[in-house]
Amino acid sequence: MGNKQTIFTDEQLDAYQDCTFFTRKEILRLHGRYHELAPHLVPMDYTNDPDCKLPLALIVNMPELKENPFRNRIVESFSEDGMGNLSFNEFVDMFSVLSETASRELKAIYAFKIYDFNVDNYLCKEDLEKTLNRLTKEELTPEEVELVCQKSIEEADLDGDNKLSFADFENMITRAPDFLSTFHIRI
Amino acid sequence: ERHRAKRRDGDREKKKRRKGRRRRASRAGEREDEKRAKNYQESEGRERDEEEQAQIKTGKTAKTKKNIKNEKTRKVEQEEGEAEERNAKGKKKHGSAKKEEKDEDGGKCLRPESLSPEELEKLKEAVDERKKLIQGLRGKPWSMKKKLVTLRESQEFVEKYEGALGKGKGRKLYAYKVMMAKKWMKFQRDFENFKTACIPWEMKIKEIESHFGSSVASYFIFLRWMYGINMILFGLTFGLVMVPEALMGRPYGSIPRKTVPRAEEASAMDFAVLWDFGGYAQYSVLFYGYYNNQRAIGWLKFRMPLSYFLVGVGTVAYSYMVVIRTMARNANESGVGDDNSFNFSWKTFTSWDYLIGNPETADNKFASITTSFKEAILEEQESRKDDNIHLTRFLRVLANFLVLCCLAGSGYLIYFVVRRSQKFALDGLDTHTWWERNEVNMVMSLLGMFCPMLFDVISALENYHPRVALQWQLGRIFALFLGNLYTFIIALMDEINLKREEEKIVKFNITTWEASLYNSTVSENSTGPPITIQPADVPRGPCWETMVGQEFVRLIISDTMTTYITLLIGDFLRAVLVRFLNYCWCWDLEAGFPSYSEFDVSGNVLGLIFNQGMIWMGAFYAPCLPALNVLRLHVSMYLQCWAVMCCNVPQERVFKASGSNNFYMAMLLVILFLSTLPAIYTIVTIPPSFDCGPFSGKKRMFDVIQETLESDFPAWFSKVFSSASNPGLVLPFILLMVLAIYYLQSTSKSYKEANVELKKKLQTSLLQLLMCPCQAKRGEQEEEQTSSAEGTDGPRGGQKSCITDCRATKEQQRVTTRPRR
Repeated sequence: MGNKQTIFTDEQLDAYQDCTFFTRKEILRLHGRYHELAPHLVPMDYTNDPDCKLPLALIVNMPELKENPFRNRIVESFSEDGMGNLSFNEFVDMFSVLSETASRELKAIYAFKIYDFNVDNYLCKEDLEKTLNRLTKEELTPEEVELVCQKSIEEADLDGDNKLSFADFENMITRAPDFLSTFHIRI
Repeated sequence: ERHRAKRRDGDREKKKRRKGRRRRASRAGEREDEKRAKNYQESEGRERDEEEQAQIKTGKTAKTKKNIKNEKTRKVEQEEGEAEERNAKGKKKHGSAKKEEKDEDGGKCLRPESLSPEELEKLKEAVDERKKLIQGLRGKPWSMKKKLVTLRESQEFVEKYEGALGKGKGRKLYAYKVMMAKKWMKFQRDFENFKTACIPWEMKIKEIESHFGSSVASYFIFLRWMYGINMILFGLTFGLVMVPEALMGRPYGSIPRKTVPRAEEASAMDFAVLWDFGGYAQYSVLFYGYYNNQRAIGWLKFRMPLSYFLVGVGTVAYSYMVVIRTMARNANESGVGDDNSFNFSWKTFTSWDYLIGNPETADNKFASITTSFKEAILEEQESRKDDNIHLTRFLRVLANFLVLCCLAGSGYLIYFVVRRSQKFALDGLDTHTWWERNEVNMVMSLLGMFCPMLFDVISALENYHPRVALQWQLGRIFALFLGNLYTFIIALMDEINLKREEEKIVKFNITTWEASLYNSTVSENSTGPPITIQPADVPRGPCWETMVGQEFVRLIISDTMTTYITLLIGDFLRAVLVRFLNYCWCWDLEAGFPSYSEFDVSGNVLGLIFNQGMIWMGAFYAPCLPALNVLRLHVSMYLQCWAVMCCNVPQERVFKASGSNNFYMAMLLVILFLSTLPAIYTIVTIPPSFDCGPFSGKKRMFDVIQETLESDFPAWFSKVFSSASNPGLVLPFILLMVLAIYYLQSTSKSYKEANVELKKKLQTSLLQLLMCPCQAKRGEQEEEQTSSAEGTDGPRGGQKSCITDCRATKEQQRVTTRPRR
């Protein structure tokens, strides 16, 4: 509008505003954050869509993600190659889904992807065990882990295949009162 | 082929255009259901995209226009095939992508002049669909690249055909509408950007979130929201009440009500008096008594009394609207609070707070999650040891009895203190110490501080689960505050009645005083100049409205002071002591007894809510209250942010009072209702003072409305209004509203039930698909039979026959034991 910035064209900014839950100022700020992760790699001028990806190791060191036990999975779920290398588009997408105004359904889809460690479109027992161990820093005994995973699957599994499909997961997570407030990163 | 399709099109068009809208709605609904199930797989289907594009190029595009309207009908083979194709391949582009390709291919046949009205209509629909897609693009789970590509394509399509659609009848109007819609969208976007840029304290709240998690931060977010509301209230009272009177009304000292009485003049500038809101502060725009009852002031002919009344009503109405709108929004977002059926799943997937960015807090969180799991496992495994239930019950009854005694005691104490302060006021304020003058406010604030701690101690007797204990605690604190507030108001009512008695006496005295003045002038030279009386010398009536306003302002100030001092002493001093005395103390102060305090979220939220209640109560009699509150909230924000970061530690176990965000909103609504009741009562029943305020001279305050209707509006207006207030019209209207409420409630109930049914249907159809694919068809047939039979456990019964035994029994068990929804 008024500010002269040369990072993006106005069309690009409008397109970002249409495709994410961010406003213009927030998108510019996100670019600033992306840039400061690797100042010599990330160009300041994005008007011609440079092809620049930052590796996983740089992104999970951001203060917002540093303490999160699922940080690797989060970044991997939003990367195109599945290895965690994010271009700026994917970076913005990640924070848009995790922002406050994203819809519950959208968050549920990505939460499922994040907790699906072996990327087989199901939350099987191994996925749950990994999740639990990360949450408790392996303080629970194996029997307790087994019990919790068993009970979780029992509670949410609708089709009886001993693992959670997306429909099961979504059915369970959309009723959770805390989901929207905890699955949220402020940037 | 295209011609044949077009003719079939035309036939179907005429039949289906009537049902077009309903179709589209239900189609959208169906699409939503199926989309949910398939969305996840869709988002990965890159190959399908390519296939789709290939399909387009083989020229099946002829069917696209038909499909847009006739998607639901599977009778026609071609359509069926196409629709199935599209179902499988994702309805992301809603067939419009194919249409676009087709348009580019067969461009010659889509010049607008050559299109029949039906085709024009379909083109318009396609454009609308594209627009809807653009609107909903940010909620789609696609990769960013795909979203950007889709956006660009859709925008190009819309631009290309939107202008073209305008040809024909009503072209100019259409083009104008389109342009206005575009401008409106741009304006909305700029406004949204502006609004988010205006949100204050975002970084502060982020810091608190990363250190303390979302529950502590929720208090600050609530504070910020309250700040916004108070800003609006401040804008209303300042801009429409205080400023007009200050600028256009008669200046200070011109009439009796605007002047400090002669007796008080000497002390009017003293700080102590000003701090008490007497002296010059009392005779200013800050309070009710200053306002003149002149009907129209200044060159604008600003209707001051009307404005005062309407602003008072408007602040309440605005507050109601905002609170209810927020509650409705929260209710839509949060799911049904189902505490037990997904206990472990929720603990696994929603217990980590993604906002945490601080290593210590993260460690804390890991520990608390582990503890929570261990507790849940223990509860699951061990049977309830109900030893000595009688003792527990007795202790709980005893605890409640003690709490009731506490509440009654505090109520009586306040009443006693208010009566005492009335006696002091009669004796004259100067003869008493500072404590005696401010007794009421101090006592109320101290009670509000110490009684909750007492309740906390008493609740140790009760032995409840922490979440239940927290709810009891909140309930008791609520009752305490409410009791105190209403006792205060009752005492205030007594004072009002006293002042009104006094007023009668003063009125009588004034008549005798005026008579004596008249006599004295007549006795002197009758052609001499009339004696001018200084406004400060005119005997004044006691202005009960200003007195009420002053009481509320004093209450708020002392409440604020108490909060800040408690904060400084309770949190800051304690932290300093623990930190520095730890070096020379026997036991570890940080881990042991005092240690650092935790931030009490619920106590603070309640305090904030009650503060707001007091503002609502007193804002009519003291227009300065919202301004005061804005200042107070501003300072609170900075002070509490600093205190929390500096002196508090994150809570070890976090228990929220309830599942949904609406708990505190509901409390706010109740307080809003209860605090506007006394104000409304006084407005409606008590006649205003005769010599102060904008309504002086009227029999009732709301007479100003009647007056305005009669004098400012044309004659027929007042006739309409008076006939509208006829009971014969009002009663049927109320009856109609009651009926409307009942109808809306029953429809919402039926929608909820329909929702439940649809969900069950979805589950069963999913089950069918995922079960044994070879038996899927059989299941489908059975489901059709059972769904036509309309039995709620039809589907379940139906599927029993195609599930293997062990799964069937498990399903049955789950159905019976789990208390769903």
